[in-house]
Amino acid sequence: MANPKIIVVGGGLAGLSASIKIAEAGGNVDLFSVVPVKRSHSVCAQGGINAAKNLKGEGDTTWQHFDDTIYGGDFLANQPPVKDMCEAAPGIIDLLDRMGVPFNRTPEGLLDFRRFGGTLYHRTAFAGATTGQQLLYALDEQVRRYESEGRVSKFETWEFLSAVLDSQGVCRGICALDLRSMEVRTFPADAVIMATGGIGAIFGKSTNSVVCTGSAQSALYQQGAHYANGEFIQVHPTSIPGDDKLRLMSESARGEGGRVWVPKTAGDKRDPKSIPESERWYFLEEWYPKYGNLVPRDVATRAIHKVVYEHGLGIDGQPMVYLDLTHIDRATLDRKLEGILEIYEKFVGDDPRDTPMKIFPGMHYTMGGLWVDFRQATSIPGIYACGECEYSYHGANRLGANSLVSCIYGGFVAGPQAVAYAKNQAKSSTAANGAFDSERKRQQEINARLMSSEGSENPFRIWRELGEIMTKDVTVIRYNAALAQTDEKIVELLERYQRINLSDKELWANTSFVFTRQLYNMLQLARVIAQGAARRNESRGAHYKPEFPERDDVNFLKTTKAYFAPDADEPRFEFEPVDTSLIKPRPRKY
Amino acid sequence: MAQNGKSVVLKIKRQASPDSNPYWEEFSLRWKPGMNVISAMMDIAANPVTRDGKPSRPITYDSNCLEEVCGSCAMRINGRARMACSALIDKLDQPVTLEPLSKFPVIRDLAVDRSVLFENLKRVKAWVPIDGTYDLGSGPRQTTRQQEQAYPLSRCISCCCCMEVCPQFNDKTNFVGAATIAQVRLFNTHPTGGALKEDRLHALMGDGGIQECGYAQNCVEACPKDIPLTDAISEVSGQVMKQAIKDIFTR
Repeated sequence: MANPKIIVVGGGLAGLSASIKIAEAGGNVDLFSVVPVKRSHSVCAQGGINAAKNLKGEGDTTWQHFDDTIYGGDFLANQPPVKDMCEAAPGIIDLLDRMGVPFNRTPEGLLDFRRFGGTLYHRTAFAGATTGQQLLYALDEQVRRYESEGRVSKFETWEFLSAVLDSQGVCRGICALDLRSMEVRTFPADAVIMATGGIGAIFGKSTNSVVCTGSAQSALYQQGAHYANGEFIQVHPTSIPGDDKLRLMSESARGEGGRVWVPKTAGDKRDPKSIPESERWYFLEEWYPKYGNLVPRDVATRAIHKVVYEHGLGIDGQPMVYLDLTHIDRATLDRKLEGILEIYEKFVGDDPRDTPMKIFPGMHYTMGGLWVDFRQATSIPGIYACGECEYSYHGANRLGANSLVSCIYGGFVAGPQAVAYAKNQAKSSTAANGAFDSERKRQQEINARLMSSEGSENPFRIWRELGEIMTKDVTVIRYNAALAQTDEKIVELLERYQRINLSDKELWANTSFVFTRQLYNMLQLARVIAQGAARRNESRGAHYKPEFPERDDVNFLKTTKAYFAPDADEPRFEFEPVDTSLIKPRPRKY
Repeated sequence: MAQNGKSVVLKIKRQASPDSNPYWEEFSLRWKPGMNVISAMMDIAANPVTRDGKPSRPITYDSNCLEEVCGSCAMRINGRARMACSALIDKLDQPVTLEPLSKFPVIRDLAVDRSVLFENLKRVKAWVPIDGTYDLGSGPRQTTRQQEQAYPLSRCISCCCCMEVCPQFNDKTNFVGAATIAQVRLFNTHPTGGALKEDRLHALMGDGGIQECGYAQNCVEACPKDIPLTDAISEVSGQVMKQAIKDIFTR
């Protein structure tokens, strides 16, 4: 097949990277996205992108980046692909630079680098504090160029519903929903790449965008794709609590010198600026003298939890601590952090250049995701995955500024791999006969059932209950009894889902109908997360159980693999050994 | 201004489909601290009942990041084009009126079709023409000053507020609008992007081109990202003029 047709689902950094590589290799791309791709969640990434360019005379190396990433991830990641990613990272930065990303510069006109968590090197390239936005735009522009050349066709405001699998279980295309006309259609392809991002909505409020529901990866999991390490959820130490979402306050605030503290006296009501140094507790600097405020996120998050809930020292008795930038001069702050300071100013109303910010940990990222092999192939033949929706680069905890590089690198691997796969496929296999029609009918029946459901349950209320219990019991601190209750609660919510009543039954741009479909997939995936957490009786990276406070390499230096058991309508689990062939696991102590 | 224990009243212009008639509905919600227009509409979705107790339907609107960086949730709030996520209820006069942007086709309720901007970006070739994604070493060196000039232009979130408020952006002129012109400035300034400068300037000549700008300066006032739009228009106008003169002698 000379010019294979590849479907890419998702138009964030990973999906766009894959699309560019496919188009460059002569393939044709059908790019599906629930939003215009320029509005994808990647725009929310703030602080930067890691690459060991060693432009600060520190002797940084790609091996050091690799070691920091593996150690930061508490040795749960398979090592060979992580090594390859770290080696590719400097070239990726060069490419982005050539594409016109307005990275901050040194006086000599070279790329500037800042520090980030979990490393002692200046390894993070950045464009102000809106790096994700700038990277996404650069890739979006290149894809627009291919679009105008006819190599990429965009299907924006289309929602992935399922893969079309033939009688051999091989993927032949996808089934998708037009979010305006509500039409269900199937699309054939020689291979499919999933790049559908995060799952924040399963936790109700998170730092993720509205579209990050995990619905697509859950749908695939229910079709037989394996889902790995679902229990590893990153809770970012510094988010701004809000009524509608938790807004991220980038780690770059600490990378540029921001300090986390609380008043030493509980209930201290003074204006923070009037509290003298001697009466402030810089607990991260005291507990972790080497890394200070730049310990990895799981470590910082647990420290903040401890100070608030065990020491009772949250500001005004609330679950909040100070993140202080007021000792840094305004010009530097504006040059390097303006984008995030503006967010705090607009949404909280205080100027963080004058007043310490009030922050608290918030659900941010899933290290787990669709299981893939070292070529980004999922367990379903013909389906690849890249970006946050797959599990392979971050182990038990992701280092800050590693997500952007993993998205782009993953896309750069998945694209050519999908093309190579497609070229080896025989055209129009008879096994695909009827598969498209039957998948479309299956999806139309689900829609019809939902539209005619005459119950009394409001989907948004079920969602709120899911988010509350997942946040309470399946984030920072996990107890087996609470995890068991969470799973029972999700089963109850799934039962109530059967009695849902849609207040909107229109067949045009019906957003609550679409959300209700996503909700079902969220509930199914929530069980993978909660049950995965229950099974892992150890503490590793972001997964922390007070009942099992130590890492247990003998029993759990393993990838959790969940697969859907249709007969039981619930997940089954197996464990897979981790490839630690390059760096011998050692205790993780910052 | 709403106080604790009080309610928030929203008056929303609704429309079931592109060709149906718009109508107004009012909703009364319990006030909560930190509420914004999006969280108010989330509350309506969880209990879609109008102020006078009639069952209604959740509001259709575009939204995604809720941090004013994806550009999705632009609408008219109390008559002003702005982003709904950063519109804090406590800072708005009540009732809070919500209407779709008026210069773009309504899809449903507050969701509109803004694909015209993305089409315009294609027209002006708003990209850097790189040779390929293979390893070709680092990009061109740039001074901090060049970066500081490019970065604000590159923060455009494609919300289309500048086009909504522009008196010249309408069916009669076909004016491309400020956002696209600012991108032309961005890419013309880039050392490699400048290779397509002539193509971009030609795209801004003629029907709907840059000469349609009436210098009302509404765009720069409305831009949620404080992009120097009028500076960009002046600069690109000059470039177009020079190109037009050059064309006379070279064509």
